[in-house]
Amino acid sequence: MRKYFLDLRVTSVEQLSERYLLLTATNPSGPLPEMHPGQFAQLRIDESKETFLRRPISLHCVDYQRNEVGFLIQKVGKGTASLWEKRPGSTLNAILPLGKGFTMPKSLEQKVLLVGGGVGIAPLLFMGTEMQKMGAKPTFLLGARSKSDLLRLDAYRACGDVYVTTEDGSEGEKGFVTQHSILQREKFENIAVCGPKPMMLAMASYAKQAGIPCEVSLENMMACGLGACLCCVEDTKDGNVCVCKEGPVFNVEKLKW
Amino acid sequence: MADLRVDIAGLKLQNPVLTASGTFGYGVEYQDFIDLSGLGGIIVKGTTLEPREGNPYPRMAETAQGMLNCVGLQNKGVDYFCKQIYPQIKDIKTNMIVNVSGNSPEDYAECAARINELDCIPAIELNISCPNVKHGGMAFGTSTEGATSVVKAVREAYKKTLIVKLSPNVTSITDIALAVQDAGADAVSLINTLMGMAIDIEKRKRILSIGTGGLSGPCIKPVALRMVYQVAHAIKVPVIGLGGISNAKDAIEFLLAGASAIEIGTANFLDPTVSVKVVKGIDEYLEKHGFMSVKEIVGLCE
Repeated sequence: MRKYFLDLRVTSVEQLSERYLLLTATNPSGPLPEMHPGQFAQLRIDESKETFLRRPISLHCVDYQRNEVGFLIQKVGKGTASLWEKRPGSTLNAILPLGKGFTMPKSLEQKVLLVGGGVGIAPLLFMGTEMQKMGAKPTFLLGARSKSDLLRLDAYRACGDVYVTTEDGSEGEKGFVTQHSILQREKFENIAVCGPKPMMLAMASYAKQAGIPCEVSLENMMACGLGACLCCVEDTKDGNVCVCKEGPVFNVEKLKW
Repeated sequence: MADLRVDIAGLKLQNPVLTASGTFGYGVEYQDFIDLSGLGGIIVKGTTLEPREGNPYPRMAETAQGMLNCVGLQNKGVDYFCKQIYPQIKDIKTNMIVNVSGNSPEDYAECAARINELDCIPAIELNISCPNVKHGGMAFGTSTEGATSVVKAVREAYKKTLIVKLSPNVTSITDIALAVQDAGADAVSLINTLMGMAIDIEKRKRILSIGTGGLSGPCIKPVALRMVYQVAHAIKVPVIGLGGISNAKDAIEFLLAGASAIEIGTANFLDPTVSVKVVKGIDEYLEKHGFMSVKEIVGLCE
């Protein structure tokens, strides 16, 4: 897929909670390129004097009609925090779309489970809306520490069934996503996961035991994002491969998990 | 438009801007962003005789105005390069230069001999300065004897333009530069990364998998510039300058210090189009100040 180096213009900045921001931007110089769920953008961080590199941020939602792309950003360090300074009209320099995304279902009937935790829910909305466009209906299983960390549930409900777990039981079932009763009640044919590594490991192990194909999205630290510097490698069954180029989405069978 | 052509010991560059090994893949990674034929040359990822897996993750740590890496020369070996990669890059209309590394003088020479057979590779950059491998690499580049032994062996095996990339992690870089010149190098490039370290204070551990890594980016530019100036004043063969160059102003500083050409490395990660912007910026500077050719400003600084 062709990659683009674009000066996007921020159209809206919505603070979803103390730690999460929804940044939406348009391409003023033409239509946004075609992008695929699970791919990411390398966003330039100029506002922070203490950081240097771009930040890889997954594509959260893409609206080709409005010519807008949305990024769900968690305040992690000084780099991501500086994106809080963006305002409507600010320039957001981005390289996109990067990497390989999730496998789309082969048929409309295929039962697909999209599992997300924390900011890892971000790429699943794009996956869900693309599935909805083709006439399929995904099931989301979203995990969070507490009710206040559950973000944009309405947007997810608009394109599929949503099940929730919280660690403190303040919303949905209490516990972790791997303990949710939906996994007992329904049989899924494909699972896609993005979230903290322990969660992905647990889901991958569940999928393996249940004999369900499973893809996970990794977030190794990156420099270039283009497969040029070889910094973000994952040790796979094929040796060290760049997460930015061969991933970030991998079938768990390829990983040494 | 000023005349941007430079000549590095017979290697003809249409302009003095090259991209640095390890930051630009094989060039094709950047072809969506720029016209590669607008560059003076591309120095591709370090290649060794045998395949190498490189070091474990994590291989990178961000620093103030720079980054550390300890990739450790991951590559699929010279056979794979010749059979699989060379056909993909041989028609790119610029100088495609291969960075060559090894564990012993024999290794280096054998790898260089294989590259010598490739018609569309007019030069190699000999890496005697990688700080991230246990054997070979920087071990050769930190003593005049080690540097001499590798360059002599490769000089016998390699007939085209031989550039030797120097390590800054030495007491006197000019001594090493003089030694490689005497051993038959056609040109030198400097500097490779400066050895450094980063520590995670929450985990109380060193961040990089092997503990140390090579520092690159704007933070190393003053060190690189000083070394280029010193080496250019000490040796006769051309100098290619690199180390933290992020824009045309930085590049011009290196040319004024005595570099005949420059390489852009880490800056490619922030702006994948920076290399062609630097070409344009050098041209504008020459025009503005009435220079007919870029050669006029090489070493012009007293």
